[in-house]
Amino acid sequence: MLRRDLLAGAGLAAAATALPRFGIAQPAQARVLRYVPHANPGNIDPFTNTAFVARDHAFLVFDQLYGMDEQFRPVPQMVQGHVVENDGLLWRFTLREGLRFHDGSAVRGRDCIASIRRWGRRDAFGQVLMSRVADMTEESDRVFSIRLNRPFPKMLEAFSKVTTSCLFVMPERLANVDPFQNITEAVGSGPYRFLRDEWNPGSRLAYARYADYVPVPSGTTSMTAGPKVAHFDRVEWNIIPDASTASAALQSGEIDWWEQPTADLFPAFLRGANARNIAVDIINNSGLIGIFRPNHVTAPFNNPAVRRAVLTAINQMDFMTAVIGTTGIEARRDLRREGIGYFAPESPSASNVGLDRLQKSIEAARAQLQAAGAMGQRLVLMNATDLASINAATLVGADLFRRMGFNVELVSTDWGTVIARRASRNPLEQGGWSGFFTFWSGVDHWNPASHASIRGHGENAWPGWPTIPAIEAQRDAWFDAPNDAAALAATTEMQRIAFEEVPYVPTGMYYQPTAFRRNLTGMLKGQPPLFWNIRRA
Amino acid sequence: MFAYVVRRVLATIPVMAVVALFVFSLLYIAPGDPAAVIAGDQATPADVERIRQSLGLDRPYLVRFGAWLWDILNGDLGTSIFTNLPVSTMIAQRIEPTLSLMVVTLILAISVAVPMGVVAAWKQGTVIDRAVMAFAVVGFSVPVFVVGYLLAYFFALEWDLLPVQGYTPLSRGVWPWLQNLILPAIALGTVYIALIARITRATMLEVLQQDYIRTAKAKGVGQAGMLFLHALKNAAVPIVTVIGIGIALLIGGAVVTESVFAIPGLGRLTVDAILRRDYPVIQGVVLLFSFVYVLVNLAIDLAYTLFDPRIRY
Repeated sequence: MLRRDLLAGAGLAAAATALPRFGIAQPAQARVLRYVPHANPGNIDPFTNTAFVARDHAFLVFDQLYGMDEQFRPVPQMVQGHVVENDGLLWRFTLREGLRFHDGSAVRGRDCIASIRRWGRRDAFGQVLMSRVADMTEESDRVFSIRLNRPFPKMLEAFSKVTTSCLFVMPERLANVDPFQNITEAVGSGPYRFLRDEWNPGSRLAYARYADYVPVPSGTTSMTAGPKVAHFDRVEWNIIPDASTASAALQSGEIDWWEQPTADLFPAFLRGANARNIAVDIINNSGLIGIFRPNHVTAPFNNPAVRRAVLTAINQMDFMTAVIGTTGIEARRDLRREGIGYFAPESPSASNVGLDRLQKSIEAARAQLQAAGAMGQRLVLMNATDLASINAATLVGADLFRRMGFNVELVSTDWGTVIARRASRNPLEQGGWSGFFTFWSGVDHWNPASHASIRGHGENAWPGWPTIPAIEAQRDAWFDAPNDAAALAATTEMQRIAFEEVPYVPTGMYYQPTAFRRNLTGMLKGQPPLFWNIRRA
Repeated sequence: MFAYVVRRVLATIPVMAVVALFVFSLLYIAPGDPAAVIAGDQATPADVERIRQSLGLDRPYLVRFGAWLWDILNGDLGTSIFTNLPVSTMIAQRIEPTLSLMVVTLILAISVAVPMGVVAAWKQGTVIDRAVMAFAVVGFSVPVFVVGYLLAYFFALEWDLLPVQGYTPLSRGVWPWLQNLILPAIALGTVYIALIARITRATMLEVLQQDYIRTAKAKGVGQAGMLFLHALKNAAVPIVTVIGIGIALLIGGAVVTESVFAIPGLGRLTVDAILRRDYPVIQGVVLLFSFVYVLVNLAIDLAYTLFDPRIRY
């Protein structure tokens, strides 16, 4: 045999070993959903980890007492039903039959009670509930009751919330862990089991379909409500921090779904061969809302007149253009949205009151600033350059503030440093800060319960520490609102006060597209990316 | 020789102690608060303080350093603040991809760069020499991530020859393992090839002027034998030194390469840990890298004796 024949044979043999990747392995691969989340969950505790990506992970593994449909209405999920007695002071819940955790144990009332207790220590909605709970009792394995010392009409909204720190039910032994310590195993009763042995933090999380999962027997699947039918044997989360790499992996078919393609890359999916293979759609209809958070305890933003001047100057479209660009998709021709107030525009809390404050007038703002005696004052703006949307918004904001007449000092750093530095209440000359830009999901601004940035409870408020008792009073009124009209009246008043006191400045809203291979069907709309109902065509 | 090796190994202890002190102090004074990151947006200052206490972050510098050092001496690198997994477990999960990437890159770089440098020196002043030098300049100048993106674009997207990202363990077969490493190794190795090729050429040019080379030629030694057996062996000491120094380059480059190709290695672990201020993980990984670097230097020193019998320890 000639040497070149030998080499040619070896080459063919090597090529043959590669074939299974494309051929024989195909059926098994078809039963696996390969997904790229927007971030690395870090840890697997859905109560201590308040990141959205941790919530998304939790929806695979854990189940909720109540789901929420696309219209944001609570719908029974783990519970068969409930009764309310004693003028709203006693709630009795009955669990569905056959619910089991992934370790094989039955879901009991005591697991639900322990989960509510743990959640109620960390979540703002849960904290309000727990402040009104007299006691919680397991009446039988499937029945538990909550006795209140004051009615809590928003009970079901609290149980079914879909923003961060949702109420997920976990076994009592896990729920009894200190709420300020992470649980180290994720055992739920949801449609997928977490494969802890395959967990490589920062790189990969894997889930297997839970064969014993019992979906709701009837109803329509809608967001987190209705039957959760898992069609994939396995779901793999691949953490790909580099956007270009994630884009290439989606185009080459190595992944099926990229949750949040960046503004500069998703337009490439709308053209040519990519458009035939890749769909770009919006699943989070509540959008992402940008805000500028001023520091209320240091000059110049400790003066409400100065904060109002920023409202006068701001053009929300400028910010959103910098963040998401002008390219639209089939589902929405313009991903930007202006005229955003203090609640998500599609929410039942939204109103138009006060929106006329957004005048887009630099000249008027300069006059207001002059009158307030703040012209030329120093601002220290913190900018997290590792987060593209925040960096874009901050650069636009810094330019705006300079044009208004402030002396802007831009501190470019990473998000971890921003989080640490924003805890400082010191004056600027002692390491303090004036403001920062960030984003919240629309569902965070859906109602006052989860709306941390509008609150005015002083030292305990989100950094920036506004003290606005009138807003707190309206928030309390919302919790006690007996009907939708009363709830809307409370949020409308909150917004009116907010446009006066300016706990923060809304900088607009954008819709974040998601991109996936066109052979995926049944993707659910709503807030979190959900992994039931979806299948490969 | 044995005594020298023992002495050098023992000398790593004070070096590692200084590294440990340096790493710990640097992280101590660096801005950032993992408790605030963990607490989330709805936490009160009291919640943050409670988390800080539970993590022991409120203790004085010396107490924290002492406790950490004691744990290290007992073989415990600590527990990740965020994942609650032992740092040693997280490093163990990540070490294979990084090690694989570095080994493949080293093999690729040495097997390409050394012949390139030798041939360039042999053909000094010719088109081949100029081409090698041009490659060296370009290879040294273009950032790793640019090379990475270009390779991924052509070899993965346009020609569909290799995967874009990820890592397959060696236990699943040599070819699947290698498939995921070829592009990253080329991307990471380009700068390394350029460096070694340049040094090899420069050293070979000097050696090729020596009298014994002329004598070898006069005795009728073949071109290949003369270049690779007689000249290269005598030029090896500076080349080996550069290869050793270059391992630091590889460690730095691995951070970028692992991000570009989504390889779950130690580089990405380090970046993630830094962004989250996961101090135990950062400390553990930096200590490991330092230890590896000290050992590599020792190995390089010992390798000198193989190439130059006059060197004795």
